[in-house]
Parts: sequence; structure tokens; C-alpha cells
Amino acid sequence: MSIIVGSETKLAVSGLTGREGSFHGLRNKAYGTDLVAGVTPGKGSQDVEGVPVFDTIKDAVTEAGANTSMIFVPARFAAPAIDEAIESGVETVIAITEGIPVLDMLKTYWKAKEAGVQLIGPNCPGVLSPGKANVGIIPAQFFDPGPIGVVSKSGTLTYQIGSELKQAGTGNSSIVGIGGDPIVGSDFIDILKLYEADPETEMIVMVGEIGGDAEERAAEFIAAEVSKPVVAYIAGFTAPPGKQMGHAGAIISGSSGTAAAKKEALEAKGVRVGESPTETAAIAVEVLKSL
Amino acid sequence: MDLLEYQGKQLFAKHGIAVPSGEVADTVEEAVAAAEKIGYPCAIKAQVLIGGRGKAGGIKIAKDAEEAREYAGAIIGMDIVGPHGEGPFRVDQVWIEGGSDIAEEYYASVILDRGEKKLLAMVSAKGGMDIEAVAAEDPEALVKVHIDPTREFDAAAARPIVEAAKLADDALDAAADVLVKLAAVAAGEDATLIEVNPLIVTNDREVVALDAKVTIDGNSLFRHEDLAAVADTVDDPQEQMAKEKGLTYVKLDGNVGILANGAGLCMSTLDVVAQAGGAPANFLDAGGGSKAEAIVNALEVIKSDAKVTAILFNIFGGITRCDEIANGIVTASQQIGLELPLVVRLDGTNSEQGLKILAEADLPNLHQEKTMLDAARRIVELAGGAS
Repeated sequence: MSIIVGSETKLAVSGLTGREGSFHGLRNKAYGTDLVAGVTPGKGSQDVEGVPVFDTIKDAVTEAGANTSMIFVPARFAAPAIDEAIESGVETVIAITEGIPVLDMLKTYWKAKEAGVQLIGPNCPGVLSPGKANVGIIPAQFFDPGPIGVVSKSGTLTYQIGSELKQAGTGNSSIVGIGGDPIVGSDFIDILKLYEADPETEMIVMVGEIGGDAEERAAEFIAAEVSKPVVAYIAGFTAPPGKQMGHAGAIISGSSGTAAAKKEALEAKGVRVGESPTETAAIAVEVLKSL
Repeated sequence: MDLLEYQGKQLFAKHGIAVPSGEVADTVEEAVAAAEKIGYPCAIKAQVLIGGRGKAGGIKIAKDAEEAREYAGAIIGMDIVGPHGEGPFRVDQVWIEGGSDIAEEYYASVILDRGEKKLLAMVSAKGGMDIEAVAAEDPEALVKVHIDPTREFDAAAARPIVEAAKLADDALDAAADVLVKLAAVAAGEDATLIEVNPLIVTNDREVVALDAKVTIDGNSLFRHEDLAAVADTVDDPQEQMAKEKGLTYVKLDGNVGILANGAGLCMSTLDVVAQAGGAPANFLDAGGGSKAEAIVNALEVIKSDAKVTAILFNIFGGITRCDEIANGIVTASQQIGLELPLVVRLDGTNSEQGLKILAEADLPNLHQEKTMLDAARRIVELAGGAS
């Protein structure tokens, strides 16, 4: 097992005919991901290095059996493309595109919920299940198969921690980049649930950063629902507080959204929080050995 | 992106929310001319992106031209420090508007609740004061209702909210109408925060927005040309330069210049440098797939901050290739010079080629470190005490 992507994944890439989409889509294929289709309106019947291209995601589902959609479409066209994927019949939609207007994502989020589709991202590096499938832009060479599930808001920071885990001789069941946008399809809690149920995952590393209250909510959820050990890292202790205008944000969540507040919330629920990526990887290895 | 009060009020007016009419002025002469046109008494209000302007002396009521001149002279150019020590913010502009008779002062806002993934409407009869304090001391006085994203938010949906907030009976219809229009500002202008404090009822029982705090989603500017023009004005010279070069840069107070790839790794780098006893001068995310030219641009921006005494590059190559970064550093040393000590940590994709390029170039002020922690310790040694 692993979560979200694996050997059963049949991938359709929206934007496969574009520069970024073809580079990463074909890289995912080379890793072993079953890339069954590309999708670009008006380019149906073409192919990208042997991968058939369809006009719609629905065609990719019915004609090529796609069950997972990856969105590599420019920001201003991305929300409609995600909506199309949600309605196409795929189980999972992974949106890599960054810069999508947040109120577009608000509408799209609820469409995905309603349809029961697992939406990851946007503005995320995707999901990698080492040795099985890679959907997105995560450089797979820094990750080996293993028992640690990773869930992260940040791309490069995850590569840093993954590479330290690999050097320490361990690896990952899956690496899920949920994205750092204000509204993402899946939050920490959604992914923690999947790792808790995944028999290959023995422990979880969670990488958060300033803003919002997803980490605080995750802390509550971990205390109530997660039996596997969780180790966390939070980035942004020295980030400037910003030119805050209204104070309404703090009123809603009851949290300031600072790194310190998140660390405190997690530690209060027994989650160990590393001071640096290096220390976080070291704690994870120590916890794993004690299991 | 945060809007100034008058820019927010212009958006309100566009969506049919009543605001006092007024004019913006950059100089004392313009301010007096505007006051003469508007009539007395008029309010002269500092335009800065921080709360607590009134307490700081940034809002005055002028009774005549002499007072308008005196107050505009005092406010234009003053430095305002926020209630939590933010800033100081220099006042470059004032907004002059007609004085209002105030019978009641309310609070109304529509903001994005990221946790619940919905817009949240908040209304209180206790406006005109610090709403955080109201929420803490008298939580029932602040009514909070999420807006159903799948249905239209109309007067029928807004009315129960203003009723629950116990606003005056004869102001309920107008207040509900304002709330509907605030939600329309959110949807129409891609605003993620709209706060009106106070929302007043005048002696004539008109409901008027006396203040406006509006935050626009930066990702949406491609479809708001008018707002995109506002976003182009940046005060800080380094931030302006970075913007022109398409880099994500935030200026901080310290002396250690920092470049990393990816926002998360960059924030983490700032943290690790601070833990090692250093003071970061900036946040600069070179982005994924950084090319040599971006590195030259980034170094130029970092170096243009006179406080910087040493520079740290922390790169973990994923899509970004370390050989590209190394070529960028060599090019930059030829084009703009590297007088300051530079610590470089390259890991990830093509790091061996990158390290080789740097070793062969043998640049005088360049120091290499293998890990993020070693790089942080080294840069703090080289940067000297925080300036």
C-alpha cells in the first residue's frame, strides 16, 4: 500500500502538450507511473511520445481508463480545468498549478467535496509513492520506499527532509505535498486519516508553515484519532508579521497563525517538533527505531 | 495586497455602498483646496496600511481652512506606528472627506475563513472600537455567520445576521443591504478581507461606511486591471527592484542576505540563520527552475541593501539544477562583482556539477558548506554582529 497514488494509478495529464506538462508528465512515466492520456482541448487525436491526447478528461476516462487527473494548466484557466476533472469520473485530482485565485478555489473545493473526489493542491508538488508511482514534480531520486508517511505544505523543504531520511537509511510510504495556498483540496487532517489507515505507514512526518490554522486543527485531530507517532516541523519563526490590517483573521481561528503558536499547539498534543529540517529527520529516525 | 482606506471606499462606491465623498491629496496645498471644495467640518485622514491611525494623531477634524492647513501639514510626512509596534509607516497621502453626524457606530466584515473554506460575515452593534477586544470581552456582541458557498447571499440571508447583532430596527434593511454588497465586493473584486469599522448610522438614519479595510487576492490581479495598477506602487527600493525583476522578496531588518529556492526552504533558512545567532536581511525565493539570469538579478537586489554584510545561498535542487545556480553565481561575479562574503550550499539535482563549476571558478569571497546548519553557522561568523 501507499496512499493516493500507486501501482493502480492510471494518470491523465491536463496540459501534457505544454512545456512543463510534457517534461514532468513524461518524467512521471519514466519513473513507472502508468500515464494513459494527455488532455488538451482541440488537440484530441494527437499524441505526446506515444501517449494519446484527448479533448476532454471525460474522454480520457472512458477511452483510456484514467482514474487520476493531474492539472498542469496555466493559473487563469486552471480552476475550470479542475472542475472539469472533478466532473469527469476520476477518483483523484492533483493540481500542480500555482497562482489560482483563492475564491475560485473556494467554489472548486466544495464541488470536489460534493462529488467525493480527492483533490490535492493546488500550488503543490504532487504525490510520490516511492517505487510505485510519481504524480507531480517531486524529484524521486531523494526518496526510497519505507515506513514513513510525509505530508507537507512546502516542496523544497520536503525534498530536504526526504533526503536526510534517505541518508539515515530509511524511506517513505508516500510523500504528499498538499500545497501552501489558503484553500487546498486536502488539508493535513485528510492526509493523516489516510496514513492512519495505511498498513505500510508506521509513522508520519508533517511539515507545516506559517498562516492559517491547519496545523492547529491537525494537532487536535492527532490527539483524538491518530495512533501512529507524528513528528512535525514548522517553517517561518522569523517571518515578518506582515502589514496586518484587519484583525478578523485571528478572531476566526483563535490562533495567530504564527510558527510559535503552531509549535505550541502540536507539542501540547504530544507531537515532537524539530527545530530544523535536520533535527526533524533525526527525531523521526529515533522514533522509528523505538517502534 | 492591502488597499488604502480611500481605495477601499472607491470599491465600495462602485458596488453601491454609501461612503462620504472626498478627495485624496499628496500635498498641503492640495489638501486645503480639497477641504475648501468639500466644506467644513471635514476629516483629514492619513492614508497608511495600519490600524490605530486616530490614536496616533493621523485623523483630525478641521473647522476651517486654517485648521485644514495646520492638520494636513502635521499629518503628511508623519510616521505612524501600529498598535502592536508595526512600522513606522510614513504618511504620503491624506484623504479629505466631509464630516459625518454619527448616531450609531457598528462593525461589519466579510472575510475568507481558510479553515472552514467559506466566507464569514461578522456584524456587531459595538463598532468604532477595537473589534478584537469586543470579541474577547463580549463574544455574544459579535455575530459570526458563514456564507453558504452553494447559494446566493441575498437580503433574506443577510437580514437574520443583522437582527442577531441587535442593530437599531430602522437600520436593519440598510445594514443587511450593506452586508450583501460587501459579499458582492468579495466576489466581484476577489477581496479576501473587507472590514468596515465603523459602519455608522447618521442622524438622518442613513447607513454609511466610514472606514474601509480591504485585502485583494494577489493571484486575481490578472482580471482586475485597475487594482493591478495599485499593486505596482511599492515603497521600499529593494522590494520595487525585486518586483521589476519578477522575484519574490521581502525586506527584513538584519544584515545576512539570503537566497533559497522555494518559499518553505527559504523560511526555514531564515529560521536556521536566526537560531545560529544571525539576523536575516531579507526573504528571497528564487523559485523553482531558477536559471542563471535569475541568480544575477537576485544578487543585485540583495546587494543593493546597504545593511547586508554577507550573503547565504541555500539551494536544494529539485526542478532547480545546481549547475545552473553555480553558473549564475560565476556570471554574477563577472557582471556585478562579489565584494561581500558569499556562503553557498548546493544539494540535490546536479549538485556535483555545480560544486565543480564553483571550485574551478575559484572565486575569492566564496565559501562552500555541505549542510544547511553548517552554512548557517558560517554565514553568521562571516557577517559579523547584526547592524
